[in-house]
Amino acid sequence: MPKLGWRREFGTIALLAVVVIAVVGRDHRFLDPTSLNSVLLWIPLLLVVGVGEMLVIVTRGIDVSVGSILGFSGIVVGMALRSNPGMNVELAALLGLGIGLALGAVNGALVAWARVPPIIATLGTLSAFRGLVFIVSHGVQVDSNTIPPALTDWSMSGPVQIGGATISWLLLIALVVAALAAAVLRSTRFGRNVFAIGSNPAAAKLRGISLPRTLMAVYCACGALSGLAGVLYASRYGFVNPGTAGLGFELTVIAAVVIGGVNVFGGSGSVLGVFLGCLLLSVINVALAVLGISATWQTLAYGVVILLALVLDGAVQRVLRRATEAR
Amino acid sequence: MIPGPLVEAEGIVVRFGSTEALKGVDIALGPGEVHGLVGENGAGKSTLGKVIAGVVQPTSGEVRVGGVAPGPTSPKDALSKGIALIHQEPLTFPDLSVAENVFIGHQPTGALGLMSWAEMRRKAQALLDSLGVRLRPDALVRGLSIADQQMVELAAALSHDARVLIMDETTASITPNEVAQLFGIVRRLRDSGCAIAFVSHRLEEIFEICDRVTVLRDGAKIGERKISDTNVGEVVHMMVGRSVESLGFPSEREPGEALLEVRGLTLRGAFQNIDFTLRAGEIVGLAGLVGAGRTELAEAIFGARPIDSGDVLVRSKPTRIRSPRDAIRAGIAMSPEDRQHDGLLLPQSVSRNSSLALLPKLFPTGWLNEKRENALASEYAQRLRTAMRSVAQPVRELSGGNQQKVVLAKWLATQPSVLIVDEPTRGVDIGAKAEVHRVMRDLANSGIAILMISSDLPEVLSMSDRILVMRQGRMVCEIPGPEASAESVMLAAAGGTT
Amino acid sequence: MIRVLHRAEAIPAVLLVLAIAAGAMLSPYFLDTGYLLGSSRIYVETGLVSLGMTFVIVSGNIDLSVGSSVALTAGVVAKLLSIGMPVGWAWPAGIAFGALLGVFNGIVVSKLRLSSVLVTLATMAIYRGVAEVLLGPASIRLPTDFASFGNATAFGTPVPYSLILLALMAAASAVLLGRTVLGRWIYSVGTNERAAVFSGVPSGRVVTLSFILSGAFAGMGGLLVAARLGVARFDSAKGMELDAITAVVLGGASIFGGSGSILGTALALLVLAVLRIGMGVANVTQEYQLAVIGTLLVVAVAVGAIFQRPGSTD
Repeated sequence: MPKLGWRREFGTIALLAVVVIAVVGRDHRFLDPTSLNSVLLWIPLLLVVGVGEMLVIVTRGIDVSVGSILGFSGIVVGMALRSNPGMNVELAALLGLGIGLALGAVNGALVAWARVPPIIATLGTLSAFRGLVFIVSHGVQVDSNTIPPALTDWSMSGPVQIGGATISWLLLIALVVAALAAAVLRSTRFGRNVFAIGSNPAAAKLRGISLPRTLMAVYCACGALSGLAGVLYASRYGFVNPGTAGLGFELTVIAAVVIGGVNVFGGSGSVLGVFLGCLLLSVINVALAVLGISATWQTLAYGVVILLALVLDGAVQRVLRRATEAR
Repeated sequence: MIPGPLVEAEGIVVRFGSTEALKGVDIALGPGEVHGLVGENGAGKSTLGKVIAGVVQPTSGEVRVGGVAPGPTSPKDALSKGIALIHQEPLTFPDLSVAENVFIGHQPTGALGLMSWAEMRRKAQALLDSLGVRLRPDALVRGLSIADQQMVELAAALSHDARVLIMDETTASITPNEVAQLFGIVRRLRDSGCAIAFVSHRLEEIFEICDRVTVLRDGAKIGERKISDTNVGEVVHMMVGRSVESLGFPSEREPGEALLEVRGLTLRGAFQNIDFTLRAGEIVGLAGLVGAGRTELAEAIFGARPIDSGDVLVRSKPTRIRSPRDAIRAGIAMSPEDRQHDGLLLPQSVSRNSSLALLPKLFPTGWLNEKRENALASEYAQRLRTAMRSVAQPVRELSGGNQQKVVLAKWLATQPSVLIVDEPTRGVDIGAKAEVHRVMRDLANSGIAILMISSDLPEVLSMSDRILVMRQGRMVCEIPGPEASAESVMLAAAGGTT
Repeated sequence: MIRVLHRAEAIPAVLLVLAIAAGAMLSPYFLDTGYLLGSSRIYVETGLVSLGMTFVIVSGNIDLSVGSSVALTAGVVAKLLSIGMPVGWAWPAGIAFGALLGVFNGIVVSKLRLSSVLVTLATMAIYRGVAEVLLGPASIRLPTDFASFGNATAFGTPVPYSLILLALMAAASAVLLGRTVLGRWIYSVGTNERAAVFSGVPSGRVVTLSFILSGAFAGMGGLLVAARLGVARFDSAKGMELDAITAVVLGGASIFGGSGSILGTALALLVLAVLRIGMGVANVTQEYQLAVIGTLLVVAVAVGAIFQRPGSTD
């Protein structure tokens, strides 16, 4: 386990170094605290959902409904805050988590019990959940004046300052989530079962690992994390629009996970890799802005990065396979 | 005191849909005993093993473990009752380490219920040592040989303190040296009081390792014998319900012109510098141990694998074969080893399978004509005596022997001059085996050159006009059919160490 | 033929009857042929894309990039027209461009042996991204003599040209998939690619070709979208892949490849069209409609999976 994982993550680190050097070479403002802060602002949402998506991809699945879950949780929590202005924001975060869990359970039930292929199940719920967002909100945005400052402060301030850069509460939450996930994956039977199922489902079944239960848990976890991300979204942007919150976010998340070296055929991947993938995407994003490239290039950049990561991953797989055969 | 059996099964009936796989079978596995389960394909021996290991639930009947019913309700329950199943193709997790493969699902835990990796490694090492296997607990299972993966499965079984081991065709895919090592371990486990059920179709192994043998036929138990009280002839008679006629010997065919010549063919890591010639009307056996590079060589000739160097001549003309498509155009056909994965479209009809390799030739304009297609399929089905309801029947529903005939029909339809068959009768029962052999002889008589890869030594000896032997990627010798014996072929294949 | 109907296409056929009944109950205008035909225009674009998707899914793959291909083709054609390409070239150029997008998908999937889900997820972003870069937030107007086709009807009847185009394309696709060697190859690659390769089927070319068909049909869809709206926008046809996949899967195709038919897809398309038109009549908004379609897809596949379970062997 250790060796292979390390090699993959080195690839991501190398890519990260190349991008940073290239950007700094063009414009050294990239190293200013302002850009650093915006890089750090990009990470939390991506990392929280990315960890959930990684769990799903390790089991050979995919969840493209994460953006809609994020949007739904954001809208519902936003509306709750609107109608209860005194509401505790920690409670709001828990509410988001719970809402996400419920929607994740729908995906889980479809994949684990009804045996609908994950891409079909979550493509369907991507639309269905987005529809729910409109049904619940009647298409009305949750405005910035209704999101309490206590929540938006999470993304503004934080306990740690390094140089001019702030480690915000938002980032701290994401890092804690990632660390917890890494610990669960490494040191609990459930965590190991997730890898076992992705590595060989038939063998897992014979060893007494319940596929339905593990898959259900994985999709619930991915949903719950997307739900939490809905609250983080409200904190970061200060408003929640039913049409745009989380729209297309699944692409960014899958890009981060794939770039992070999670094997798209299941069975391997690491939280550290996902973190590096998120970091790389955030750097690219901020770099586009620093270099004065219009935001319209963003979708294209993501697509190209996903494709590159896939092609690299495929090449690595082929080399590994050849090495195994020639042994 | 005579200890009671560790596991008893009584009146086991297993029904899959309308077919009865087991029809009321009894068996008892006693401590310190290796119990052979034999029978033709489809006799129900693997199913019986799966019932005891909790993978398949019996429709009726009872399994008792240590005298207590009910039996295992799932593989996990079986493990907790000390019963483990070891598979022919080991079911392991390639992305996980050896130690994790051993302990998945019951890893040692420490504080807060968290796993203790150090302890798991230590325990895994101890288990591997007790088996006498040299594997690092930290090694990834991806890349281990099949035999090593079996050892990992065995260690996993022992990590559950299994006292009953069901070994399902565990020797089918490993080399003779590895079989010897496995048997050493089996004997030690037996002597320590384990009960072992050994499912196999290789009678010589049954007589080497087992203390007792149960014979199944068509889902029913035909009899049970102590090995010391029986012989191969009796067991075979019980298996097939008739005495087997001699397989016969190669006919007196005059080899004709050279149809396929292979010169210095090399694929690094698989085979080196292979030379041989196939002539019209001859059947050439290609013998060797598993892993000697025979299938790789055949697939390379057929264009399914790239080659590094060397030439292939078809009818003395140098021919560049880069894909199976090129090979088919050059008149070469190949029936692959794994017919379900490589040879057939299982959900599709006999007719569609029969015409698949011939489509561009049969319908040069690109338009299908299903009448012509069905007529072709019927014609070959009649010639090969394929048993089926109609040419529209999905191939999945046919028996192994008839599936093999559909693969042969597909290739005969292309009217090849060279036919490569890789393990043509694996998983085919004895009656159908003779049929497949008859078809191959007829083809050779009609002037086709046949290269037959087989690990079934009696088959190689009885069918081949010449026998080529490969060892570790090299062609080591050629033995004329009449002079070949099981000993001479094995000696060449194993490198003189047998 | 009857047996096939009995097996695969039965579900969409039954659903069609139900959907028409429900639509008729929702609104008295619903069964008015003029209204139905008029509304059909919206669905012709999805219909074309679904035909292409059928080839890809039967070959054992999936094409998530179709919606983006529609938008990009529309954008490219609009740009070309705006810099002086003759209107007559718009159709061949659009179809060829769509096919080119398919070539790229097909080659990456078949040569690099990568999962089509992820490859086309990437090209979905790439094609949309190129459209965004090319067009920006603005919409480009198309010349009226090009756009007129979008709303024209044939020979004084209320039947739109676009509907005739769809019918012709469906017939051609049905012949290609069901009656030719190429079609048979597509089924065989989708059933068992290794066995197909071992039987001399050029699987790489077959897979690439199915993506090319998907791309070409998406190109056609893009031209129709542009003609109907009179403008090209980078964000048009978002989510069209969902409708297309829903139609193909609802039409009886296995998402794992090897089965499905154009007839099934066509019936399922009618179901979806009737549903959408019905919902339109009942003033159900676009987002709700998406939710209904998404739910329908999931339910259809789940029901299919549950019914297949006892007979399936795995």
